[in-house]
Amino acid sequence: MIRSEVLKELVPVISDQLVVCNIGLPSQELHMLDDQPTNFYMLGTMGLSSSIGLGVALAQDKKVISIDGDGSVLTNFGTLPTIANNVADNFILLIIDNGSYGSTGDQPTYAGKKTSLAAVAKACGCETVIECQAEDCTDVMREAIASDKMTIIVCKCKSGNIKVPVITKDPVVIRDRFMTAIREANT
Amino acid sequence: MDIDKKIVADFVNNDIELVTTVPCKQLAGVIDEIDACKDIYHIPSNKEDEGIGICAGAFMGGKRSAIIMQNTAIGVTVNTLVTLTQFYRMPLPMLISYRGELKEPVACQVEMAVHTKALLNQLHIPTYHFHQQSDAEELDTILKYTFMCNKPVAILTDATFWGGYGDQ
Repeated sequence: MIRSEVLKELVPVISDQLVVCNIGLPSQELHMLDDQPTNFYMLGTMGLSSSIGLGVALAQDKKVISIDGDGSVLTNFGTLPTIANNVADNFILLIIDNGSYGSTGDQPTYAGKKTSLAAVAKACGCETVIECQAEDCTDVMREAIASDKMTIIVCKCKSGNIKVPVITKDPVVIRDRFMTAIREANT
Repeated sequence: MDIDKKIVADFVNNDIELVTTVPCKQLAGVIDEIDACKDIYHIPSNKEDEGIGICAGAFMGGKRSAIIMQNTAIGVTVNTLVTLTQFYRMPLPMLISYRGELKEPVACQVEMAVHTKALLNQLHIPTYHFHQQSDAEELDTILKYTFMCNKPVAILTDATFWGGYGDQ
């Protein structure tokens, strides 16, 4: 399975959850598959999906899922100790690890070589870290949502992309409807 | 009132509930106050762009946030300020120690200091420079302005403001 197939299977499970989605193709794929006000699409700023998601999780009570990539986590490695030391049990970080920088032409990442992101997350102090294969990701996510425990999921999948349109929504519209959805979810 | 306590009191009075920090020697006192403040969740960041991401998330989650960092961070965070904070129109008070100004003992700090205001100007970030402690009387108004206009706003605080570098 490639990332877009992982996302397609995840949609029924995450559709009604607050989701912060990584820059580039992941956001474009989620936007095409299941555009929701509960989705915050990153149009820039590689690496910060987990940081933004953690901020949302710390600020309110509803569950927040950050969808990140191996390349993006490598870009912002400092996020893992911050997450580990600021436990938000309403936060799930899903790292879709296809071993490549998908949005820029599938250049290989170190996560596809010697570096284990799950091992790094554990070493940083994250207590619940689950590495799974793409086929099992939806079940793992369902369990993580039910667990009420901060969870880091590293989903190993194949690299590869599908053709998707860019997101043309205005960033302020994306942000405003996401904030409205958060307020409604918390009332 | 002690300047560190005054800054934190202004944060609290403006409903800032989450503050992320990347340390600087000059900011040590205010960071201690933030950490001790029961009304503020203090979340140290490993890098300033990470901190700005956390602030963006907290804002969207309904909590006002702020970042405390050194001016070298302006070099680190240009992309994040532009493509996240500004692009999505989010407020972000940035309390910044302005290293490399008068009384600076470390030459390398001057290299970034000479670019700091130029970069902030280029990014169209409203910038205030506290040189004397009495300048901090404006902090409350600056915070209100920041949350009114939904922009990142820089508050540069130099060595004279903080009382120098001791024996250095």
